[in-house]
Amino acid sequence: MRTLKAPMPGVFYRRPSPGDPVFVEEGAPVEVGQTIGLIEVMKNFNQLKADAAGTVTRFLLEDEDEVMIGQDVVELEE
Amino acid sequence: MSPLSTVLIANRGEIALRILRACHQLGLRTVVVYSTADRDAPYVRHADQAVHIGPSAAGKSYLSTEAIVRAAREVGADAVHPGYGFLSERASFAEAVRDAGLTFVGPSPEVIAEMGDKAVARGLAERAGVPTVPGTQGGPLDDAVAAAATVGYPVLVKAAAGGGGRGIRQAEDENELREAFPGASQEAATAFGDPTVYVEKQLLRARHVEVQVLADTHGNVVHCFDRECSLQRRRQKILEEAPSPAVAPECRLELAGAAVRLAREVGYVSAGTVEFLLDEDGKFYFIEMNTRIQVEHPITEAVTGVDLVAEQLRVAAGDSLSWRQEDITLRGAAIECRINAEDPSADFAPSPGQITRLELPGGPGVRVDTALSQGDVVSPYYDSLVMKLVVSGRDRAEALARTRQALQELTIDGVATTADLHRRLINEPELARGDYHTSWLEGYLAR
Repeated sequence: MRTLKAPMPGVFYRRPSPGDPVFVEEGAPVEVGQTIGLIEVMKNFNQLKADAAGTVTRFLLEDEDEVMIGQDVVELEE
Repeated sequence: MSPLSTVLIANRGEIALRILRACHQLGLRTVVVYSTADRDAPYVRHADQAVHIGPSAAGKSYLSTEAIVRAAREVGADAVHPGYGFLSERASFAEAVRDAGLTFVGPSPEVIAEMGDKAVARGLAERAGVPTVPGTQGGPLDDAVAAAATVGYPVLVKAAAGGGGRGIRQAEDENELREAFPGASQEAATAFGDPTVYVEKQLLRARHVEVQVLADTHGNVVHCFDRECSLQRRRQKILEEAPSPAVAPECRLELAGAAVRLAREVGYVSAGTVEFLLDEDGKFYFIEMNTRIQVEHPITEAVTGVDLVAEQLRVAAGDSLSWRQEDITLRGAAIECRINAEDPSADFAPSPGQITRLELPGGPGVRVDTALSQGDVVSPYYDSLVMKLVVSGRDRAEALARTRQALQELTIDGVATTADLHRRLINEPELARGDYHTSWLEGYLAR
């Protein structure tokens, strides 16, 4: 299992915009480089991408939570 | 100013402090609202009262109409000043403030909504006899294609509900227009809640020039001359000056007059900015009106002596403007450097962090608008603007020389800022001559 960390501080989003479905559900498979969330820093939106293929086991943050640099965001099962 | 006694400031950072100063100078009580991230910000302590309205994320604090209106009612405020950004141009916010029995420091929700729809605003400008950039006021793709064929390519596809440089796509020919249009419309629906897009001829080598207006509830409308805002990167302003070096003296009053006509046409009240594009032949075209105080308002204050925020407060209290048009004169020149916590050497990447060292410039004509002190943290949650360096002189040459010196004195350590870019820019011959346009800076950065 691996944990994906936030590369920057800001606000974490699980959806592309408020009315949309989440990028990825817990339990769903992901490819390397697949977007699994956004981090907004100073009004810039940065994509958070899976660094390995696997299954998203659980998110450690809620949609729209504040996030610190280096904080654990999501767990992946390879 | 009897009808107002307490003003709630629905903003943060340097503009919250700017508004607070104007309120106190007029004898008004202030209440600032703050998020968790701004809990220890020094300006919060200057307010008569401070109310915590939510967590750091702006969506749950400075963008929460409900939290702000509730705070205003709880503290017994009479008025709400929205500043710029956040909720300042949301008609629904102004309406919620009014419905709560409070005064919104700005125009009516109806005027905000009209001007917020850029296609409607174009129509109103035409009705006021103000020239607009050739194009459409909305309508389907076929209308856009027909209009583009008439006005000539390249054209810009713009979101009617957009503004502030967002929601814009360029098309070089009909194929690109047919390709860009549906995506632009869909993007507009997602980003702004309205799929309406319109088409404008793209003016090349144009200047972005804007006129400051002030209006009261007694039918007085005045202008405070123009500002030059062509130094932009990705449609975000980096450096502004007043007056515009591109506006010929004989055209200056014609331009200002057009802005006043539009403000009158829509029944405008409070401070507002009418934006124009100025082409190489010196012809000007309306693009949009900003229904709020502007980031770069201090350069206008520097060259006219008008305290724009104080006038907004007087107007909100029901008083007449304290300036007559004939008393507002243009004296000298002023330059604003927007110091953003962004790294110009890394594609302007945001650079939040702690300010480990802060040394501010001074001397004649130097004004620094910032809410930061040494040791403060530039938070990742909000806009990257950390300081406005506003420098004026008896003429443009003196303003430039003073800006050069002020930038040399300025030290901000701990975060990357655009100050290094400003230091380079201020020594560029084209800038010194005032010879630049809206695409110039991006070309310069690509050199």
